[in-house]
Amino acid sequence: MAIKALDYDTLNENVKKCQYAVRGELYLRASELQKEGKKIIFTNVGNPHALGQKPLTFPRQVVALCQAPFLLDDPNVGMLFPADAIARAKHYLSLTSGGLGAYSDSRGLPGVRKEVAEFIQRRDGYPSDPELIFLTDGASKGVMQILNCVIRGDGDGILVPVPQYPLYSATISLLGGTLVPYYLDESENWGLDVNNLRQSVAQARSQGITVRAMVIINPGNPTGQCLSEANLREILKYCYNEKLVLLGDEVYQQNIYQDERPFISSKKVLMDMGSPFSNGVQLVSFHTVSKGYWGECGQRGGYFEMTNLPPRVVEEIYKVASIALSPNVSAQIFMGLMVSPPKPGDISYDQFARESKGILESLRRRARIMTDGFNSCKNVVCNFTEGAMYSFPQIRLPPGAIQAAKQAGKVPDVFYCLKLLEATGISTVPGSGFGQKEGVFHLRTTILPAEEEMPEIMDSFKKFNDEFMSQYDNNVGYSRM
Amino acid sequence: MRRFLINQAKGLVDHSRRHHHKSPSFLSLVPPQSRPLASPAPASLVSLSRFFSSTSEMSASDSTSSLPVTLDSINPKVLKCEYAVRGEIVNIAQKLQEDLKANKDAYPFDEIIYCNIGNPQSLGQLPIRFFREVLALCDHASLLDESETHGLFSIDSIDRAWKILDQIPGRATGAYSHSQGIKGLRDVIAAGIEARDGFPADPNDIFLTDGASPAVHMMMQLLLSSEKDGILCPIPQYPLYSASIALHGGSLVPYYLDEATGWGLEISDLKKQLEEARSKGIAVRALVVINPGNPTGQVLAEENQRDIVNFCKQEGLVLLADEVYQENVYVPDKKFHSFKKVARSLGYGEKDISLVSFQSVSKGYYGECGKRGGYMEVTGFTSDVREQIYKMASVNLCSNISGQILASLVMSPPKPGDDSYDSYMAERDGILSSMAKRAKTLEDALNSLEGVTCNRAEGAMYLFPRISLPQKAIEAAEAEKTAPDAFYCKRLLNATGVVVVPGSGFGQVPGTWHFRCTILPQEDKIPAIVNRLTEFHKSFMDEFRN
Repeated sequence: MAIKALDYDTLNENVKKCQYAVRGELYLRASELQKEGKKIIFTNVGNPHALGQKPLTFPRQVVALCQAPFLLDDPNVGMLFPADAIARAKHYLSLTSGGLGAYSDSRGLPGVRKEVAEFIQRRDGYPSDPELIFLTDGASKGVMQILNCVIRGDGDGILVPVPQYPLYSATISLLGGTLVPYYLDESENWGLDVNNLRQSVAQARSQGITVRAMVIINPGNPTGQCLSEANLREILKYCYNEKLVLLGDEVYQQNIYQDERPFISSKKVLMDMGSPFSNGVQLVSFHTVSKGYWGECGQRGGYFEMTNLPPRVVEEIYKVASIALSPNVSAQIFMGLMVSPPKPGDISYDQFARESKGILESLRRRARIMTDGFNSCKNVVCNFTEGAMYSFPQIRLPPGAIQAAKQAGKVPDVFYCLKLLEATGISTVPGSGFGQKEGVFHLRTTILPAEEEMPEIMDSFKKFNDEFMSQYDNNVGYSRM
Repeated sequence: MRRFLINQAKGLVDHSRRHHHKSPSFLSLVPPQSRPLASPAPASLVSLSRFFSSTSEMSASDSTSSLPVTLDSINPKVLKCEYAVRGEIVNIAQKLQEDLKANKDAYPFDEIIYCNIGNPQSLGQLPIRFFREVLALCDHASLLDESETHGLFSIDSIDRAWKILDQIPGRATGAYSHSQGIKGLRDVIAAGIEARDGFPADPNDIFLTDGASPAVHMMMQLLLSSEKDGILCPIPQYPLYSASIALHGGSLVPYYLDEATGWGLEISDLKKQLEEARSKGIAVRALVVINPGNPTGQVLAEENQRDIVNFCKQEGLVLLADEVYQENVYVPDKKFHSFKKVARSLGYGEKDISLVSFQSVSKGYYGECGKRGGYMEVTGFTSDVREQIYKMASVNLCSNISGQILASLVMSPPKPGDDSYDSYMAERDGILSSMAKRAKTLEDALNSLEGVTCNRAEGAMYLFPRISLPQKAIEAAEAEKTAPDAFYCKRLLNATGVVVVPGSGFGQVPGTWHFRCTILPQEDKIPAIVNRLTEFHKSFMDEFRN
């Protein structure tokens, strides 16, 4: 051809720079192996239904009826659907202007946003304004919208925890901003130390970076910790003093596996603090239907709530949302159902309660089995998964393994994870995809494999790991700590 | 370890510093100087900003200025981009609608009719039953185990739902899929494209997306590094393009469709605009063609398409083909041809031309806007570029599964002999022939108005009449600091309840005024709309006639 239309060299550098490990090399190799007929246990993405978790019945009934509204006119519909699902489908259809097939308001259906606001108010004990709630195609889209609004160029920095969920680093790269890392302390159960934060900010500022926002993930991904109320206060105070917008990734708020530190929202803590904080800290909180005991990842449903953003900024965010026309309407209805599930006395209540309780209790047991399993392995230490869906064990690689990785041209934890995959079919994500301290290696697995398969998976992990360690261990000392 | 932390922070900072040399981009729209009549695309597009009043008045002394994020400190690209289809006029309409509930008698109309957006089901168009049956069964798969289901669902919808569920690993419709979309569904779509074009399609070239818009964004993000990168866009255009180019910091290089020849596309004009942009140091990366046209409704002739393909090949431009209205063709003398088919017919393969074709479930006869389903077919890119597209898709995990399933259904509807075939065809033909009728009725009505000329809607869902506004009306608009066509549209809304979008939202030859009106109100509403429109226009002209 005469002139090259598009080659790699001329692509947007921000795109090339962006990394997204959750679907990176390991995942691709796993997919290849699967095609070759090997049994793969995908623990790389928090994708519960892919690992056999059944959808909750009630919301699926309601959405199926909304998909096929002509069923509502059929005299036999009651043979297939309970009356409360039928009533709920009619309710949600009445909130739309033309059913699931019509674009909604670009911010989401007003009626569903009202239900979300009522949920937030029940949860926090403070009022919530539906006008400040935008529904999105999953929480990721919401994060991108907000960061797009905040980041003007590489002079703008965003504080991101390390280890972090790579959505943040990827989005910041794509938008051409600067990621300013702050480190979670593994020896303090991945706690957040504000002094540490200060240093990161001072360092970035000395480089001419305007630090504009801070991301917290609570419960943590990939680290699984739950932030305490005191810690959240410190963070909010810090954001107030340093004029940072706080982005609160709270998508795992239903996933709590201990009783000492229940989930508490950043918004509630902020409101509890009163003036000048409650009206001086800008906060955007994110939620989704993909996590919790719902795990409806394939629906792409989410919302964000904005606190203390000036109306004119909200208008700009609305404008950008309007370019995408509207989030998908069935996921909006899933969101409505998630924030207003069946109540005691409803026909479907018992089944709903049984299903959701069953999932959460099993996740709690699985979190325990996994942490204990990792901690029983040679050269592996793992903090307990207090919440979210992941285990993030530290793998202390012997120098021999690091050497071998180098020879193979791989990052050491990638090398380890690839070997693990080939040997056991367990598909994990290397810690380097999330960020970790130099010389320290981790991997992330979800706690989502079926409970009955869990012991076997941990056995096969242990077998692989201990053999790997013996193979490379020459007693010279471990990678770190 | 603190040491490391700091070094790491430094490293990240240095790294991004090295890789970015961006300055705020104001360069973006380049007027073609050699053609004064058609010149200030900047003026016409920049004037869009007035549809969002917030952007026009920026004051540093905001009461909220102590907060980290204020209007003064957000991304200027966000401030710059505009999307008139849902702009000021729609906000006014929504307020009117609220007020109408309380004060019925205060208005000369009893409802707001939204002709601003191609959203057929919001105006009463019914979904295709077969598609919805399949979606319901996939959403609640345990229905497939119930015997009663056979009484409520067609046989082929049950078969199809089984087939689809079998293509989804674990039959898990609640799981994230492959970031390009479920492989089995992409196979079906590729087969549908093959059947349409008569040339092979590869499922690995297909990326399923939440509607066509995110796919367009993805390509813009890939192509645009700075305002030095330009995209050739038709004027008038669908504002998704101007908005996404602005958001991604590139330059829109306008080419003008010729209203006098039914919104024809002149290669000579394209070439002139391209050279002009290049002489200003803009690297033009791609050409956007919307066929059938939005807002202009023209269907390109095959010969014209061949010229466009050759032009892109010669000039090394990526061809971004917005083909979301491919099912919406209303005139017997025109037919939709995909650009891929045209390129392959010319003997051009993967190595000859980079082509991206966008398709959506929101348009056609199905009009399933709320599902957010769509795909792009990406051909003629090297594998390293393809990997980058895949990576961008993976950051957002995947598009919604129900939209993915629907995208496969619209590319493989019931066939002769299937249980649902007859009813499906009746629904489909009913919708399409009614749209054709509505387009014709509205076109004729518009052409009968004083000072209004309207090209025929050969396809898509819109009419884009030109209105010659009297000088007095233009002055009245200026007094209100509004674009004259926006002034007209607001008056129209207040008098009739009909919501249309001013031509300035799409770009137009300066000094000409238009509006975009969808053909989507249901047929029984059309006569009343025509009456109201005619009456309004008369009294408007009487008020402002020179």
